[in-house]
Amino acid sequence: MSAAATLKTWAGAALAAPVIWLASIVNVPLKSWQRATGTGGMAAFFLAPNMAIFGIFVLVPLVINFFYSATSGTAYFLQDRNFVGLEQYQRLLDCSNYLDTATCREDLFWKAVHNTGLFVVVQVALMTVVSIATALILNREIVGRSFWRAVFFFPVLLSPVVTGLIWRWILQRQGLLNLIVHDLGGEPYNWLTDRFWAFTAAVSVSVWAHMGFYTLILLAGLQAIPRDLYEAAEMDGTRPARVFWRITLPLLMPNLLVVIVLALIRAVQIFDEVYVLTGGGPGTSTLYLTQYIYEIGFASLLRNPGLASAASILMGLVLVVLTLLQLQVGRRGERKGARQ
Amino acid sequence: MSGVTTFLTRRRGGRSWHWTDIVSWLWLIGGLVIMFGPAVWLVGSSFKTPAQLAEFPPTILPYVSQQASVEGYDTPLPLYSVKLPDGSTRIMAELRRIGIVAQMVDPKAPKDIVKVNIADRQPVREIGFATGNYTEPFVHFDFLHYLRNSVFVTAMATLITLLTNSMAAFALSKYKFRGRDLTMLVIVGTLMVPLSVILVPLYSVVSAVGLLDSLWGVILPTVATPTGVFLLRQYMLTIPDELLDAARMDNASEWQIYWRIVLPLAAPALAVLAIFSVVWRWNDFLWPLVVLSRKELYTLQVGLNTYAGQLNVQWHYILAMTVVTMIPVVLVFVFLQRYITSGIAGTGLK
Repeated sequence: MSAAATLKTWAGAALAAPVIWLASIVNVPLKSWQRATGTGGMAAFFLAPNMAIFGIFVLVPLVINFFYSATSGTAYFLQDRNFVGLEQYQRLLDCSNYLDTATCREDLFWKAVHNTGLFVVVQVALMTVVSIATALILNREIVGRSFWRAVFFFPVLLSPVVTGLIWRWILQRQGLLNLIVHDLGGEPYNWLTDRFWAFTAAVSVSVWAHMGFYTLILLAGLQAIPRDLYEAAEMDGTRPARVFWRITLPLLMPNLLVVIVLALIRAVQIFDEVYVLTGGGPGTSTLYLTQYIYEIGFASLLRNPGLASAASILMGLVLVVLTLLQLQVGRRGERKGARQ
Repeated sequence: MSGVTTFLTRRRGGRSWHWTDIVSWLWLIGGLVIMFGPAVWLVGSSFKTPAQLAEFPPTILPYVSQQASVEGYDTPLPLYSVKLPDGSTRIMAELRRIGIVAQMVDPKAPKDIVKVNIADRQPVREIGFATGNYTEPFVHFDFLHYLRNSVFVTAMATLITLLTNSMAAFALSKYKFRGRDLTMLVIVGTLMVPLSVILVPLYSVVSAVGLLDSLWGVILPTVATPTGVFLLRQYMLTIPDELLDAARMDNASEWQIYWRIVLPLAAPALAVLAIFSVVWRWNDFLWPLVVLSRKELYTLQVGLNTYAGQLNVQWHYILAMTVVTMIPVVLVFVFLQRYITSGIAGTGLK
């Protein structure tokens, strides 16, 4: 064994020793616990830490969120807040014309709702098209497929803050995009101060950041389609477009639906990368629901946790509907798979 | 000539190039540029000096102005290539600049001062790296704190996630008890409860248990991941129960069975979860942003956002620190990417 390998083994043993020692110490009281309570007690022991954390930090907040949304005030502790019933919801939904945010009492909320709606439609459509195209290309006989697959996956791992900063740097006045525009003979432009371009940037950057994930799911679906179907189509001299519409798309449909619903669920909650990229601006043109909840709940001077909580429950309802849709879709996909 | 073309475009299977092949390769090459280009541009920019970052059009590579120490002056002076009135060009050092007139000297003859219009001179530059962008934020700002906090949060959260999730997965896959299916249903059901839906009540819970403004307040709410329990349980179901029964015959305690048999056998799934967890916790933004208000407790993500949100953004530091924040994830990408992609393709979870 080489000196380096020996060192590595020793270092590994030295690091592992206290953990192994700790585990054997723990074994002593656990053995008596097992004798006292049987395997049922052991199941409870193994579940306890996870379920305790889970209960305190997921289930309890989930339940008290409803109480929160029925109270007013700026205090965070439930006992310091005044019960107001459904007033927060009334306030949020108080609108004489839902299509015109100026007529709403909480116009910021409705701006966020409208922005999110438009964002979700455009982003999910673009995401689906780009992911399908990439998956189809990756599914061809290309040299170095795993390399190319990795290329499109790279941004998925980046943190939203890094993603937002990278693109803010590219889109700013002296940035890379303006260098390209300049070289093509155009005028440099401050992209992120323009409502239309800020929205376009928010959509494109989020597609850039997440498309690799959806491409992977679609690629797995494409690779599961039996080869002989294509061979049969080729023997019949079927046109490629027809092969796509009649074989590829129908058989990819279960994965495609999962991708669309997952993308919808994620797009509704869009926050981090857009917040870092545009900060919701210019004005409120890229203010989305999660940012609204964050700002009303914590950041703004007029903070109102009850209102934020009511808004988050309304958003949660949309997500529940989408999740049920996904379960439905998943089940249909399974049945379809079983039939084949 | 046509023979050469045929040779170059010949492909396996005897098929010739179709227009879809060209579209595919254009898409792939374009993808390569769009996916990696921004990150490469970021790294290149992070080595530029503030003056260079403010330039337009920007250069691709980082440059630094050359300087020379001139006899009779304490500090090194910047060098310029100067076009003199007689039409010749000379390399000269700048003493000071008054309006549009600069006082220049020849480094070899420091006595004669020449007055030059600033339009008639170009700075002498060479490729160079402003490494101060990387070292200064650690010394003068809190970035060392941020880095330490991020490492602590990521390491602790991942360790606790692995331990608690694997224990729960063990119980859910290897024991029969009342309410097991209900427990599993609740866990899978909350897979779809995103942070933004419970942001306000979670904040009050964390403040009620006294974890507000502490790193443990960042760590604990994130560790009981339903994804992890689900992933590990699915894997542990494939471990044969006979193995456990054999160990019980040999008088092993249930803890020993978990620790010495099931955990080592579940190592591949644990590795996938560990990689996921490291990436998740390192990248977390909204929750630390809400919980942490003392500046010295910020994680890298929150710290970066704070500095980037200031009125007068110091881009040279921000870019360098963005690169630092990116490093662990890039390492994961280079060495462990295939575990993640197989994990996603297998479970459809992220």
